[in-house]
Amino acid sequence: MSAVVGLREFLVLSAVLFALGLYGALSKKSAIMILMAIELMTNAVNIALIAMSRFLTPGLMTGQFFAAFIMVVSTAEIGLGLALVLALYRRTRTVEVDRIDRLKG
Amino acid sequence: MPSAIPALPFYLLVTAIIGGALMTIFSRNVVHAAFWLLEAMVAVSGLFLLLSAEFLALVQLLVYAGAVAVLTLFVIMLTLRRREDAIRPLDTSVAAAGLAAVFGIVTAIAVGGFSPLPARMPAAAPGIAQFGGELFTRWALPFEVASVVLLIALVGAVWWSGEDEDQ
Repeated sequence: MSAVVGLREFLVLSAVLFALGLYGALSKKSAIMILMAIELMTNAVNIALIAMSRFLTPGLMTGQFFAAFIMVVSTAEIGLGLALVLALYRRTRTVEVDRIDRLKG
Repeated sequence: MPSAIPALPFYLLVTAIIGGALMTIFSRNVVHAAFWLLEAMVAVSGLFLLLSAEFLALVQLLVYAGAVAVLTLFVIMLTLRRREDAIRPLDTSVAAAGLAAVFGIVTAIAVGGFSPLPARMPAAAPGIAQFGGELFTRWALPFEVASVVLLIALVGAVWWSGEDEDQ
């Protein structure tokens, strides 16, 4: 076995992916793009959890179960988020978050 | 005897994931961004296989690469009036870039500061059968709560998106 990768590489990958998703979620103006960036961030968290679970305590699988429940919650979130985008689009005819400002006095 | 993850498949998947994420964020066409996100999700599923989490790799493929990608594409199609609307200006934000960079640097320092991170992993990894067994014994209550969460989210999504246009 020549070159191997350890837990550090997985954590660095997870951090880079999370930072990319964070940038996307904060900079995008389209509500759909924001939801897609949030999906990137949840995936980064799942990578970190599963890698830690595999390298540190594989017998317990705690990280895997947490990742599974994160998947459930993030699926619910993306479903509700996209339904909200559709409902907003019907009323305002736009998905630009800058123009959804009805709560502004 | 501890086993290890070979570098070549890992870095191939890393290239796919980071490349897909970059293209998702920096492509100007929303439809292209959705497909690049799909590619990144499939690559993440491969990473889960490397970490011997077979069940989660399957769920990742089914849920993210399947359901979420299709749902996103449907919403993109339903919210585009003209084909040209898919092309968007490239939104940039210096503040967001700064925040993401600060987060990345702080995390890099933190990861570097963890004293001994294992490079090798224990050889014995429980399989998919043990995952199911644990799920229905120790994690049975969270499992049931998750199903209720999904049910409520389903009903809520139908309610919100099926609403009439009465003001």
